[in-house]
Amino acid sequence: MYRDNERYKTFSRRTIILFGGKVVLFSGLIGRMYYLQVIEGEKYKTLSDENRISLKLISPKRGRILDRSGRPMAINQKNYRVMLVPENTKDIEFSLRKLGKIIPINAHDLARVKREIKRRRRFLPIMLRENMAWNDIAQIEVNTPELPGIVVDVGETRFYPDGAKVASVLGYVSGLSEADLTGDPLLEMPGFKIGKAGMERVHDIALRGKSGTTQVEVNAFGRQIRELERQEGEAGAEVWLTLDVELQKFLAQRLGNEAASAVVMDVHTGEVLALASTPSFDPNAFNRGLSRSEWDVLVSNPRSPLNNKAISGQYAPGSTFKMVVALAALEKGIVTPSTKHFCSGDLKLGDSTFHCWKKSGHGSMGMISAITQSCDVYFYEIAKRTGIDRISAMARRLGLGQILNIEIPGERKGLMPTRAWKKKAKRVSWQQGETLLAGIGQGFILATPLQLAVMTSRLVNGGKAVLPHLTRNVVPSTEEPKPPVIPEFLALDIKSSHLDLMKKAMVAVPNSPYGTAYKSRIKEPGFQYGGKTGTVQVRRISKAEREVGVKKNKDLRWEERDHALFVGYAPIEAPRYAVSIVVEHGGGGSSVAAPIAKDILLEVQRRDPSKAKSSGDATIGHPSSSSKLMKIG
Amino acid sequence: MAVSPFEQSDMSFGQRLWQINWFFVLLVSLTASVGFVMLYSAANGNLNPWASRQIVRFVVGVFLMLLVAVIDIHVWLRYAYAIYAVSLVLLVAVELNGSVGMGAQRWVDLGVFTIQPSELMKISIILLLARYFYASQLESVSRVSHLLVPLLLMAAPAFLVLRQPDLGTTILMVATGVVLMFLAGVRIWVFVVGASAGIAAVIPLWQFVLRDYQKARLLTFISPEKDPLGAGYHIIQSKIALGSGGVFGKGLLQGTQSHLSFLPEKHTDFIFTMLAEELGLVGGLGLLGLYLLLLIYCFAISLRCRSHFGRLIGMGVSTSFFLNVFVNIAMVMGVVPVVGMPLPLVSYGGTAMLTTMFSFGLLLCVYVHRDVQIGPGAVEGN
Repeated sequence: MYRDNERYKTFSRRTIILFGGKVVLFSGLIGRMYYLQVIEGEKYKTLSDENRISLKLISPKRGRILDRSGRPMAINQKNYRVMLVPENTKDIEFSLRKLGKIIPINAHDLARVKREIKRRRRFLPIMLRENMAWNDIAQIEVNTPELPGIVVDVGETRFYPDGAKVASVLGYVSGLSEADLTGDPLLEMPGFKIGKAGMERVHDIALRGKSGTTQVEVNAFGRQIRELERQEGEAGAEVWLTLDVELQKFLAQRLGNEAASAVVMDVHTGEVLALASTPSFDPNAFNRGLSRSEWDVLVSNPRSPLNNKAISGQYAPGSTFKMVVALAALEKGIVTPSTKHFCSGDLKLGDSTFHCWKKSGHGSMGMISAITQSCDVYFYEIAKRTGIDRISAMARRLGLGQILNIEIPGERKGLMPTRAWKKKAKRVSWQQGETLLAGIGQGFILATPLQLAVMTSRLVNGGKAVLPHLTRNVVPSTEEPKPPVIPEFLALDIKSSHLDLMKKAMVAVPNSPYGTAYKSRIKEPGFQYGGKTGTVQVRRISKAEREVGVKKNKDLRWEERDHALFVGYAPIEAPRYAVSIVVEHGGGGSSVAAPIAKDILLEVQRRDPSKAKSSGDATIGHPSSSSKLMKIG
Repeated sequence: MAVSPFEQSDMSFGQRLWQINWFFVLLVSLTASVGFVMLYSAANGNLNPWASRQIVRFVVGVFLMLLVAVIDIHVWLRYAYAIYAVSLVLLVAVELNGSVGMGAQRWVDLGVFTIQPSELMKISIILLLARYFYASQLESVSRVSHLLVPLLLMAAPAFLVLRQPDLGTTILMVATGVVLMFLAGVRIWVFVVGASAGIAAVIPLWQFVLRDYQKARLLTFISPEKDPLGAGYHIIQSKIALGSGGVFGKGLLQGTQSHLSFLPEKHTDFIFTMLAEELGLVGGLGLLGLYLLLLIYCFAISLRCRSHFGRLIGMGVSTSFFLNVFVNIAMVMGVVPVVGMPLPLVSYGGTAMLTTMFSFGLLLCVYVHRDVQIGPGAVEGN
């Protein structure tokens, strides 16, 4: 027993030590508890409240875009989406494979989903597919028990009922890139879209509206338990455009698949009624998200569907520029309306010969006949005497060679050359031959279809420096609409007798039997129009070719064919509408552009509410009836 | 062999039952009741699915405890090695063909019921070491060679449990064993050398044995804020829940953190967090007080016992129990890494409940046989 006593002593001593150790450790726990619950208690209380209540943003309804009479051009549609919540499935691959049997999921999407899974929190849903058909959604919903982690959700998506026909003005919305993030939490919401082009971009902030907030009680899985407080947001403003959507559609239809653009505007107010550029793209596809191949098709198309040719296409205006040269010459006083010049078919200047489009020559030409028949030699002559700087100055007064601030991004300046410009840009002096080319709107001169429409408006509106615009009104969802403000424009300071002369000449172009657009005249009384054709050579014609005979446009490759242009206005008594048309590589201005101008000007007059009063049933006209008329013409 | 150590004591069944420390049983029941209340709260004021089943298990546990307590202590002595051997075989069986639950192999299916051999091994180790050292003279204990056998016998199950992988149980088993060696009288320098060797062993352990999630837990323990939505999430959420409870708590069923599922495993490993959130510092201290009382009883019973076997069993049970409580509470308060260890008597779980009750049964058995002398050094010629 002695030994056991010895052992017991050791045991007891060490037990006491152990007990002491355990008490110390227990006290440590108590101390820790005191620290967490009493000393740090307040901090954790706050954290706990934040944990419990999650502030979520409610994304506001994007404002609609309407045409001048309230017809919707951009609306919101229900968007059925399929999402994956990684946390809710044990095997993501399995869930996706199962889903793949119901709806196709391509490798591109799969790669994106895998990337996002790594990057984002596991309880946040990841978008798998958007804009799904109701049938597919129903299929998925039925199979939900077998699809762990897959959820179906309804959001809103932008929809453009008229698709590609309105894309040139409206632009499109799409998801954000890193660069778009401004710190506004609204932008970071899954699936949020912003305006990326056109009016969607111009009015993006107003269209977005204000986000609301909702305080929801959530659990750690991000699952909503209940809503505590809700603060509604503000829907985006409605944007009313100056466009007439029916006319816009008519233009797009009429231009068809040509690489073309056309602008129709009110010559007094500057309201743009239609602005079309073809071929175009489907903005709904951008919204949905383009596939690589869709994008490649758009980018590689030589007719550049992504380019808004009406504002960013720069073309030599050709003969449509002749009114500018005429006005500059009249103002300088080197010609009078009755001054005659003889056209023999060409004009010699030094070693070079400048040809008229009519090889045999026009004979004796006055100002009106020179414009009506588009005599080149007459304009070589007066341009030479007026000088490039004066011609350029007149062009600027008429709206060419400058940005007109049509709101939508992508507008180009065009080019109105001067001596000083050439010295600076090309480091060589201006040549007189270049002035001659400028006299027929070629050479360095460049203008956009929009500028040509503005030029035409200023020629016929009584001498006002009208500027174009596209927005009629922006009406916030909380306010009553105010009547649109009609802007005041400065006077052009061009003699009205000179302008009247131009109008007279332009009326003769389609209405005189000698006129270059006589075949495209409107015969219906009260609907006649005036205008000017333009045909712009895009290739050099060599001497040798000239001798064997210039090739016809249809014998040339598309890229080498001439551009066809037309500027026009209607009605002739009280001008209201101006139109400009450019058909790239379309051929002749009189054969290709003038018939289009005729159809457009007939359509726009038929749609005119003031015309409706005066000439009864003519207003019911629609595209099919006008195309019938075209054939008669 | 004048007095066989395996001789039956002369107490009758009724006497033994009478000898049971009923106040200890009452303390155990009180502590378990705290668990019932918390499980009731965890289910948002429902007895189902947890509280009712836990009560049934506790009742079964009480019977098991009493049964273990009234079995002659000589029986436990006699079969100590056999129980260890069976546990080891079962552990190997799990290793070879265990069913996988929660990403770890822990269970073995015996056809009729499933058992967790690692839980059984916790008790077996206590019995094993108690038997080994009860028969050892103080002189032999101080010889290092004498420690080789128990060390090997401990290392084998520790390795197997670690492979499952169950870091918490491994640590618990090893620590209990070390404490028992300490109480058996092993020289202090052995522990110093052992600790140094242990630290040296950490490197290969880290590289070859620990699973990624265990490493992650250890790493995020050092700085949980680095990965607030990943591995550090549990610790942060637990601290928020616990801290927000304050002195008096948010009230039963009112714990927002727990009820909104911010708190993981609120009915098992993190039940103390929930208690502290809902009942505050006061509630937490109350439960700690109960545990402390239970511990004091363990110590008192061990010190009072006249057989070395009994003393070692008592202290083994006490140490295992203490470590369980300490590691769990320290874990939910962010003091030690999350190792996955339930809170004894309170956490939901059948196996843990039965293991605890079994070990308390052994403790009561020691108490019942406190005056029984077991012949020293008469076993196996030691």
